[in-house]
Amino acid sequence: MSECGRKALSRREFLKQVGLGTAAGVGTWLVAERVRPAAASEAENKETFGILIDISRCVGCNSCALACKESNNLPDKDQVPEALDPQTYTFVQPVSLTTAAGEVATRYVKRQCMHCLDAACVSACPAAAMYSSGTGPVVYRAVRCLGCRYCEAGCPFTIPRFNWDNGVTPKINKCWMCYERLAEGGQPACVAACPSGALHFDKRERLLSEAHARIESDPDRYLHHVYGEHEVGGTSMLYLSDVPFEDLGFRTNLPTFAPPEETEKVMSALPMVIGGMATLMTGTALYTHRRPHEEDEE
Amino acid sequence: MNPVVLVIVAISVVVPIAFVAIVRRLAFRLAGGQSSSAVMTAGTSAIPSIRVSIDFGWKLVRDLMVLLVLGTGTSILLLRFIYGIGSVTNLSDQFPLGLWIGFDVMGGVALAAGGFVIAGVAHIFHVRRFEPLARPAVLTALLGYLMAVASLIVDLGRPYNVWRPLVHWQHRSPLWEVGVCVALYSGVLFMEFLPVILERVNQIEVVTKRLPTVPLYRFFTRFAIVFVILGVVLSTMHQSSLGSLWVLVPEKLHPLWYSIRLPILFWISAVAAGFAMTIVESTLSSKAFGRGLELDLLSDLGKYASVMLWIYLGVKFADLAMRDALPFLFEGSLQSFSFWIEILLGVVIPATVLSIRPLRKKPALIFGSAALIVLFCIVLNRLNVSMIGLYPFTGRIYTPSWMELMVSAAIISLGVLAFGAAARYLPVFPQHEELTGTAD
Repeated sequence: MSECGRKALSRREFLKQVGLGTAAGVGTWLVAERVRPAAASEAENKETFGILIDISRCVGCNSCALACKESNNLPDKDQVPEALDPQTYTFVQPVSLTTAAGEVATRYVKRQCMHCLDAACVSACPAAAMYSSGTGPVVYRAVRCLGCRYCEAGCPFTIPRFNWDNGVTPKINKCWMCYERLAEGGQPACVAACPSGALHFDKRERLLSEAHARIESDPDRYLHHVYGEHEVGGTSMLYLSDVPFEDLGFRTNLPTFAPPEETEKVMSALPMVIGGMATLMTGTALYTHRRPHEEDEE
Repeated sequence: MNPVVLVIVAISVVVPIAFVAIVRRLAFRLAGGQSSSAVMTAGTSAIPSIRVSIDFGWKLVRDLMVLLVLGTGTSILLLRFIYGIGSVTNLSDQFPLGLWIGFDVMGGVALAAGGFVIAGVAHIFHVRRFEPLARPAVLTALLGYLMAVASLIVDLGRPYNVWRPLVHWQHRSPLWEVGVCVALYSGVLFMEFLPVILERVNQIEVVTKRLPTVPLYRFFTRFAIVFVILGVVLSTMHQSSLGSLWVLVPEKLHPLWYSIRLPILFWISAVAAGFAMTIVESTLSSKAFGRGLELDLLSDLGKYASVMLWIYLGVKFADLAMRDALPFLFEGSLQSFSFWIEILLGVVIPATVLSIRPLRKKPALIFGSAALIVLFCIVLNRLNVSMIGLYPFTGRIYTPSWMELMVSAAIISLGVLAFGAAARYLPVFPQHEELTGTAD
């Protein structure tokens, strides 16, 4: 029966259909082109804030982790957390190691979201539930979240935590750099609580010069590497240390470009693919259907 | 005993039985009130009524197994929505995407590529010989996408937000693009398949008198080419973007698979899968429905598949060479082993068999090669990218739980049942008149 329909198709009608097809293809392309350049470089222009974490100054008092629980109203407020979980945005990890001098020593590493400048989780999110505030913090809004966990899969630091035991309303949980407190002109709760000066909150640029100044003033003590300056294209959380980062469990083989730049390359080729494919297919269809009646006789 | 568990068990027994009863009732009605024992067993009516009386024992076992899978699947779903995804899967924050994404969604969508490939060959390239294959291919694709979406709903933590990508455009996110395209393409596939449904509906006078189904049918057959072109464009977009998903994790994915050309490789292999899946589906349904096998057509499909496979092999190794990743082929790791299985069994062997004309004339060899492509070039490849290739970074902390496997099995069973039902009651295959002659 569909055969009959197709045989009766006149050339004019066919052209009309093909025209519609082309129009649809080109339309999609135009829409895609129009919205494309919006989001990428927003964060770069604004001044972004961050936290400088000097591991050599940390005494492991856990004030930051407890202040975080208090400020974010997370459960188990009086217990010192020992790992990231849906109720823990940050914790202090004691690491025992042997220093270059051969002594056994302990260092305390505060772990939390690194707040990448061009974050994989932000670029991964299909609904902008995870988004960059533009001033450093990478923030999550549950109301848009699908719970697809592609942000977790994308995160180079394995930071986000999902409520695996929640059937219908699980969320992604991670440090948000106390975005609300920052908006009111304050400091993140962990920085405000730090008694030893290991945490320092400021604009990222100033933190970087501060970090390099500390390295220069004491080059024998500090490692000549600010972790987070270049890792995955730069992070808002910056670490200084007096022992090698790999001994502290940091990933030191991360790329210095932001992974979203790679997907961006692929995604920006799409409008071309759409346009090309629509044109090619429409052209082919036009060509093969030009004499429908003659081909029937084959 | 926990009352919740009792409720779950009760529901999982009742739901499949109710499902079977409803399908049976519907089938009974559609078949014009004539009861046939094939209809008795849900959509397993894949076998036409004439042949049903033969070997009753095997059929009973099969039906019981299907019911068991569906029942267990239902209980697991209930567990998942009450106690969370963690209670039924082995997923964790370190390994957040597992079987349901790697196999059901990534594998399923690739295996549903037959819809755009065959429709494209038959209607856009206008190779009219292939037109008889287009309808079953589109049906397979439609059901494949519905199955992928079903798996996604199970896998998403907050499935009621599944529509959000359509509203909040995130053109930097490959997943956003996949979501939008899969949604649109499922609609397009439905439009492509609608004439088949309408053809059947138009036989029922009561409906055609009251509803404009006849003009609707005319509209959709006339503008079919528009939907076919749209389908090809949308498929190209999301088949490749399923590969782009993993371009985001250069630090995690093993260099044998990580490449910025992953989307291209995904697209080429999906086209090959489209041909292979059509061979598999045609062969199986010719067995199930006692139809003749379109051997010449399948042989041609095999030839096209082999061409795509050779191109795939070339691009794959050129890509490895360009990234200086060739040494990883011989590192002796689980990854290199898995890679060789994928390439040898999934690409080299079927491509060779299908390239040799005399071998391509043997139905068993065509089917075997196509099955190899499906199992290794697609399923194993997608699992390598989404699972095995990540182990060096994450450690081997994830293997699917039996409950994850059971949910996948239940979804596949539903798909097969639906295909059987659709093939029986709708004019999907060319010789449909002989099979569904009962209704008027």
